[in-house]
Amino acid sequence: MSSSAHISGRSYWSVVFHQLKHEPVALCSALVLLIIFFAAIFAPLLAPADPYATSMIHRLQAVGTTDHLLGTDELGRDMLSRLMFGGRLSLLMGVAPVFMAFVIGTSIGLFAGYVGGKINMMIMRMLDVFYAFPSVLLAVAISGALGPGMMNSLFALTLVFIPQLVRVAESVTTQVRKLDYIEAARMSGAGSFSIIRVHVLGNVLGPVFVYATGLLSVSMILGSGLSFLGLGVKPPEPEWGLMLNTLRSAIFKEPLIAALPGAMIFVTSIAFNLLADGVRSAMDIKR
Amino acid sequence: MSNIILQVSNLKKYFPVRANPFAREQKFVHAVDDISFSVKKGRTLGIVGESGCGKSTTARLIANLMPTDNGVIIFNGEGVGEIGGLELKTFRKKLQMVFQDSFASLNPRLTISETISYGPMEHGTSKEDAHLQAHDLLAKVGLDPDLFASRYPHELSGGQRQRVNIARALAFNPEVVILDEAVAALDKSVQAQVLNLLQELKAEFELTYLFISHDLHVVHYISDDVMVMYLGQIVEMGPVEQVYSEAAHPYTRALLSAVPSMDPAHRTQKSPITGDPPNPINPPSGCRFHDRCEHARAICASLVPALMPVQSSHVVACHMNHPSSGYEASGPVVQSAAAGVNP
Amino acid sequence: MFFYVIRRLIYAVPIALGVTLISFLLVYLAPGDPLNAIAPSDAPAETIAALKVAYGLDKPLPMQYGLWLLRAVQGDLGVSIASGRPVAAEVLAAVSNTLVLAGIAGAIGVFFGCLLGALAGYWHGSGIDRIATFLSVIGVSVPHYWLGMVLTIIFSTWLAWFPAMGAGPGGSAEWLWDYAHMRHLVLPALTLCVIPLGIITRTVRALVADMLDQEFVIALRARGLSNITIFKHVAKNTAPTVLAVSGLQLGYLMGGSILVETVFAWPGTGFLLNTAIFQRDIPVLQGTILILCMFFVALNLIVDIIQPLIDPRMVRA
Repeated sequence: MSSSAHISGRSYWSVVFHQLKHEPVALCSALVLLIIFFAAIFAPLLAPADPYATSMIHRLQAVGTTDHLLGTDELGRDMLSRLMFGGRLSLLMGVAPVFMAFVIGTSIGLFAGYVGGKINMMIMRMLDVFYAFPSVLLAVAISGALGPGMMNSLFALTLVFIPQLVRVAESVTTQVRKLDYIEAARMSGAGSFSIIRVHVLGNVLGPVFVYATGLLSVSMILGSGLSFLGLGVKPPEPEWGLMLNTLRSAIFKEPLIAALPGAMIFVTSIAFNLLADGVRSAMDIKR
Repeated sequence: MSNIILQVSNLKKYFPVRANPFAREQKFVHAVDDISFSVKKGRTLGIVGESGCGKSTTARLIANLMPTDNGVIIFNGEGVGEIGGLELKTFRKKLQMVFQDSFASLNPRLTISETISYGPMEHGTSKEDAHLQAHDLLAKVGLDPDLFASRYPHELSGGQRQRVNIARALAFNPEVVILDEAVAALDKSVQAQVLNLLQELKAEFELTYLFISHDLHVVHYISDDVMVMYLGQIVEMGPVEQVYSEAAHPYTRALLSAVPSMDPAHRTQKSPITGDPPNPINPPSGCRFHDRCEHARAICASLVPALMPVQSSHVVACHMNHPSSGYEASGPVVQSAAAGVNP
Repeated sequence: MFFYVIRRLIYAVPIALGVTLISFLLVYLAPGDPLNAIAPSDAPAETIAALKVAYGLDKPLPMQYGLWLLRAVQGDLGVSIASGRPVAAEVLAAVSNTLVLAGIAGAIGVFFGCLLGALAGYWHGSGIDRIATFLSVIGVSVPHYWLGMVLTIIFSTWLAWFPAMGAGPGGSAEWLWDYAHMRHLVLPALTLCVIPLGIITRTVRALVADMLDQEFVIALRARGLSNITIFKHVAKNTAPTVLAVSGLQLGYLMGGSILVETVFAWPGTGFLLNTAIFQRDIPVLQGTILILCMFFVALNLIVDIIQPLIDPRMVRA
């Protein structure tokens, strides 16, 4: 065959990526997130002070003090450093449960959707029971039952998100399963695993991914919320939700400092949501 | 009759109706009701009928895409999927299908070449060989491989996609190809191109076609034999020219007369079909067409007509056409509430 | 339609049972003996044994569950370990407080959400739309416990307009719809309403924008119908979905009020739950979770039944 003009088509993800480049809001959010993640990951190198170093003399210094750009907390620790280090755990609370739930939820949903019939019904009914709990309540209940601790909170959050992702995955899988190209694949004599891997998976991941990105901000707020209640990260670890809790008594003296950790959660959360919205509309246009 | 490639006997498929759980008995849609027919090698069998007559279900049953409730499918003398008969995976190589919706038939995430080569790779062909074969097939169906092999389905037109579907079916070197309304969704001009392509491929690869359609013109053009279905049963079957020119069953006649005619000498007649459209859950007794047939008599309401020959290979299931059935002696049909039939 | 309702009711039963099971078992997730919360570990053996029998902890787990469920159905949720008072009474008192808060917050959220969403949808693409969308994104992104703190700082510390905590004179025991009590409600309700506001604005906006694009609206306009009539049509068509979402939001508010209640020390179920968790007060935990979830299940059921009444197309299997 001659090697002339080999025209390569645009795959799905490259089209989405291209679309995203034209969404200024999503790009801004991505940039903001990049900065926050960068600051968190490289906190040990970038932070001006030791986040654990207390000082009774320098408690609750205001914003803009020399040595302490963002002031100090109720135990004299540098806020800027605490915020940067705190980002690590807060972001982890946002990303890890969603990721785990994505993997587990998609697997269960794929299986249930592809198999169909009574097994599908059984699985979905069992999950419906978890659906009967409002997310916050379930997270608090599981976390409360297991006791304070970050791992417990991560576990609780993952458990809360799995039913939702299973639902989306199962729904999409059931739709895809009925499409003609699946029948055509069966006509080719392929086994179920091959069909799922090649034909079903790729088409299911998209919608589930979109839904999962929407969960990122929820997970972060909820995770920090658990720490705020005293159920998540334990002191003296820096984490934005926990910092909000310990700084509550300071709202009369230094309200600005007390509000800072929450502001970080807020900004990150908005960025997650705007990015998720951007990804969603980029994928919509294609369809 | 050793050149019969596909033999279908007593095929049945009932779909349960999801009624309210407190109903006393389960209701069924009689999609395919005890049909038997055979397909000769190298000929094209057209299957026609209105929507809901069971032709697509028949195709899917033959292709083993859904389990039958009853019936035997014999391919080249061997039972399909039976112990000691033809293994399912081998059968898949011999019988392929092209679906109606060209877009839904293609995985939007795979390139054209990947789609075509998927099947052969599943059967053991190496990736390079499969892709080379895909290239050749694309050329065979009239698509330039360099232009199309790495494209995605959404970048192709309907006609081009259908060609890809045909190429994919051919990748297995099948003996029989079922075309389920394969050209129905295409523009008329594109239809003509694809039909001609199918004829060429049939000659080159010595294929046998099962062509399912509701479009009588198209069926006439491409088929050698035709089978008319109504409410899950075969009402008439035979060589296409004969059935079209000397249709014996009232339903066939009505179908043919309803086809808009371009010939001023043979203008379209008013359709003689009366009565309500059929209910597949509760089909009429006896001959299923009797409540809409202007020739119906009492015997038609009570006795199911069997497929009997009118001429050599032209068979019909109609009491009126078989003098020995008792039709002549039968009295007029008893007026039923649903019918609007003149005795 | 009747069968649909029956089916839904029957379907809700195993769900409710599953909920009770999980509510019961949740507390046993924790490592360690539940007895540790009741008795100090250095108590004499006979005391521990006696306490075990008293709280029924000596029986096998399935039997404990059965007994607990049986009593719960009759309204007896046991006795609080911390306060000694019957759980049912405490929980119900708390529920009524949360209901007040969630109800008001939900009402504000739904009302303004519909308003903003409708305006944004009607003028979609315009400045109003952008503002509304912006507000709704903020609504779903803001950590409401932080918002509570911020509002406290502004309106309590700086402006001293509203009290920072509590439910007013009389504590949680008596709630009256008078000024002295209502001013305690303002900040928590405003904090809590932000979430349903965001979600409902977004939902309504999408629905209205979508509907106005549909052909039947163009047909209505072509017939010369006034905007009010069109508005009525749109309202009727969007009502079922808005209803469903609002109902669910109310459920979430009830179940998820714990964070806001903690910030404002509002004596509702969330606050009760919080205390019970740290005191490891098992009967209170089980009882609170049970009642909150039953409420949520009932809410879902009502929404599922009312929805098809408004829009027959929505009968779900």
